[in-house]
Amino acid sequence: MKFRISISLILFLLLTGGNLSANTLTICSSCEIKSIKEGISLAADFDTLFIKKGTYKEFNIQITKPLTLLGEDYPIVDGEDKGEIITIQANNVTIDGLFIINVGTSYTADYAAIRVVESENFLIQNVVLEKLFFGIYLEKSKNGKVYHNKIIGDAVDEYNSGNGIQLWYSKNIEVKQNIVQHVRDGIYLEFSDNIIIADNTSANNLRYGLHFMFSNDDIYKNNTFENNGAGVAVMFSKRIKMYNNTFKKNWGTAAFGMLLKEINDAEISGNTFAENTVGINIEGSNRIVYKNNDFVNNGWAIKVRGACYANSFVNNSFLYNSFDISYNGNLNDNIFDTNFWSDYTGYDLDKDGIGDVPYRPVKLFSYIVNRTPETIVLLRSLFMDIIDFSEKVSPVFTPDNLVDANPLMKRPK
Amino acid sequence: MIQIERLYKKFGKNQVLRGLDLHIDKGGIFAILGPNGSGKTTLIKAILGMVVPNKGVISVLGKPIKNKWRYRQEIEYLPQIANFPGNLKVKEIIRMIKDLRQEPSDEERLISLFSLEPFLDKKLSTLSGGTKQKVNIVLTLMFDNPLIILDEPTTGLDPLALIHLKQLIREEKEKGKTILVTSHIMRFVEEVADEIVYLLEGEIYFKGSIPDLKTKTGQSDFEHAIAAIAITTTDA
Amino acid sequence: MLKILKYSFYDLMRSRWSYVYFLFYLALGFVLLFLNQDLSKAVITLMNVIIVLVPLIGTIFGVMYYYNSKEFTELLLAQPIRRSSIFLGQYFGVAGSLTLSLVLGLGVPFALYGLFKSDAIWNFSLLLITGAFLTLIFTALAFNIAISNENKIKGFGYAVLMWLFLAVVYDGLFLMSLIVFEAYPLDSFSLIATMFNPIDLSRTLILLKLDISALLGYTGAIFKQFFGTNTGLVISLLMLLLWTVIPIWRLSYKAKRKDF
Repeated sequence: MKFRISISLILFLLLTGGNLSANTLTICSSCEIKSIKEGISLAADFDTLFIKKGTYKEFNIQITKPLTLLGEDYPIVDGEDKGEIITIQANNVTIDGLFIINVGTSYTADYAAIRVVESENFLIQNVVLEKLFFGIYLEKSKNGKVYHNKIIGDAVDEYNSGNGIQLWYSKNIEVKQNIVQHVRDGIYLEFSDNIIIADNTSANNLRYGLHFMFSNDDIYKNNTFENNGAGVAVMFSKRIKMYNNTFKKNWGTAAFGMLLKEINDAEISGNTFAENTVGINIEGSNRIVYKNNDFVNNGWAIKVRGACYANSFVNNSFLYNSFDISYNGNLNDNIFDTNFWSDYTGYDLDKDGIGDVPYRPVKLFSYIVNRTPETIVLLRSLFMDIIDFSEKVSPVFTPDNLVDANPLMKRPK
Repeated sequence: MIQIERLYKKFGKNQVLRGLDLHIDKGGIFAILGPNGSGKTTLIKAILGMVVPNKGVISVLGKPIKNKWRYRQEIEYLPQIANFPGNLKVKEIIRMIKDLRQEPSDEERLISLFSLEPFLDKKLSTLSGGTKQKVNIVLTLMFDNPLIILDEPTTGLDPLALIHLKQLIREEKEKGKTILVTSHIMRFVEEVADEIVYLLEGEIYFKGSIPDLKTKTGQSDFEHAIAAIAITTTDA
Repeated sequence: MLKILKYSFYDLMRSRWSYVYFLFYLALGFVLLFLNQDLSKAVITLMNVIIVLVPLIGTIFGVMYYYNSKEFTELLLAQPIRRSSIFLGQYFGVAGSLTLSLVLGLGVPFALYGLFKSDAIWNFSLLLITGAFLTLIFTALAFNIAISNENKIKGFGYAVLMWLFLAVVYDGLFLMSLIVFEAYPLDSFSLIATMFNPIDLSRTLILLKLDISALLGYTGAIFKQFFGTNTGLVISLLMLLLWTVIPIWRLSYKAKRKDF
């Protein structure tokens, strides 16, 4: 990050010859311009504000014209908990290399460190946010990039904390390579379409690592979601593509790697769900394709709760989960085919790589645990194994058509 | 040497010892006799601490033995049925007992006396009953302690071994030791015993020398004298 | 006591059965690893085996050894040795040799397959510790049964019944009572019921490692306290220790009062 800044600094100095030209304004404590606000008011359109290292105790900085704010060695912008810090209300604004702290907390206004309102072509990069309420808040904005920022909150309770990166009624935005920790929702999308979320790390957040509401045609890939309060929630959205993400260590009563609620026509592939209480919790979601995902050491790899139709699970690996699949009814309209199940005990006499005996991923015990949760202490007991075996032979309580007829003998590549 | 006062022992509903009193002084060979089930073995085991009495006090060498174990250092005991851990060799069991007791022993002499040398490297489970009993005798008499208890020592012995055994018993007596013996072989008893302790229904019926017994029963033959006790008591 | 232990141990080490037991575990370890090539998977399979088989073997071995060494015991009883030393010595001899067979039998194949370089080492060590505890507990229980029953057949029968009860029947009753009373809060009950069965206790200990994600899915505060912190581990280990100490104590108590 430093390297990148110094390159831009050199370029900038070369271009300007080190002199104060018409489109570069330097801001520092001993400069003529001592505050960012002052700089903005003095700057003309497309000027660059070069902010030198130092502490700037400012809030409510309104950017109303296309400007670039470039920080040198992370100058600190300290809002002193008084309110919102930077609000962008113009197109073509770039914010680069600032260290913004102490955003005001309010129960009536969603103060953000950086808010973008009804603007286009913005770029927010290399920004570090600490002690924040909301981090980067994009409101009715388009065609922007949120790139390589680090947001470290100190949220304790959900009711008085905000989200790291929030998109509201925004379109065509790229959110890449950000790190978001200790806020309410790491990344939150509401009514935002055609968004790409990639290579982010969202961890230790109070509620969700990533949260979709009413947002369609979005892609998220190569992200890591770890140890969030409840994992990742994808709700009331259509045609979301989820590729190659890692969902890890989301532990707790209502915790899951991923929650799907009222999701249709999504594609979920190449993801890894490891050590979550529930890998994927599915409610009312239809026509979803699950492919090439790894479910490792989860409590429940997949929990299906009512009204899920025409989903297909193909070529996934289920490894050492306490329970592979749990259903709360005995109806099934989903397809399980050619998955790898570490619990599979069948054989492959014709050596075609596919087990000759179908695998039943739903155990009677998971049905019992759904009914009486305390019975979980009997997990892996000989008695339960015997009961499970008898249910396997003649299913009564679990869906009898829920079988993987072609279980793989080896993990798919 | 051994003082027993008011000793009671019950196995389930079966009252085996009923207030038995017995004083055995130092020195001499005492034969404990009595019909089957009269409590001979129970008495011996009580002295050894293997059976815990319901009531009564047993003192060995002047000290009560309850919950004690060190006094057994002074006792050499030959158990009735020589059942040894089968997968040990003769040599090993001798070494083991020596190791456990930690006292001087002269097993060499006894081994050669009973010609056990060829068996030293054999496992105990492969030995015949008589040989086992010889090993049993070696294990018991190789030490030098004031009290010796022999439960049916003649079982399975060949005549030569029997002669050796009697010889050994006599030698021990000459050293001034106290020896308790039980046996069903009356000729053996008559030959070695100085005194007879006759047990009947859990009590001492008779204690005294063989001549005393003969006088009491009016029988000239020892075996008959013993039989006479049995008859009189069944009549009574 | 150490001398008796030495002789019992020595005696067992020469007996065929110790080798059978050792070779069984050795074979089990190699077969599991050969079939899986994956240490974690093998550890899970092994857990199922250990929880069921170790108690059974401990029980049968304990009873068998007690009855078979009756002569040895009687020989020792006439010697100047404390009674409790005789029985505790024999007990530790048996339990020790069984534990050794278990640890070596499983340890060797896993070590050869690169256990020390894998993250499975903690799970595996916990498995061995649990296995050792189960051996100690069930051998002690078996000795208790044997010392209270002169009749060999009866003693053997009771011992096998005890194993069957603790390994299967107990959990069945446990499950039934949970389902019958499902309307009531059951988390303390279920944890307490777990404590009363050493097999369940060991299973819980292993679950804490292998299935923590699932265990944390339950809402009860007591569960959370138990499984979510180190409380569960500490309490389970303490209970296992208690389960070991109490039968040993009773064994030495009984030994002092028994007639031979």
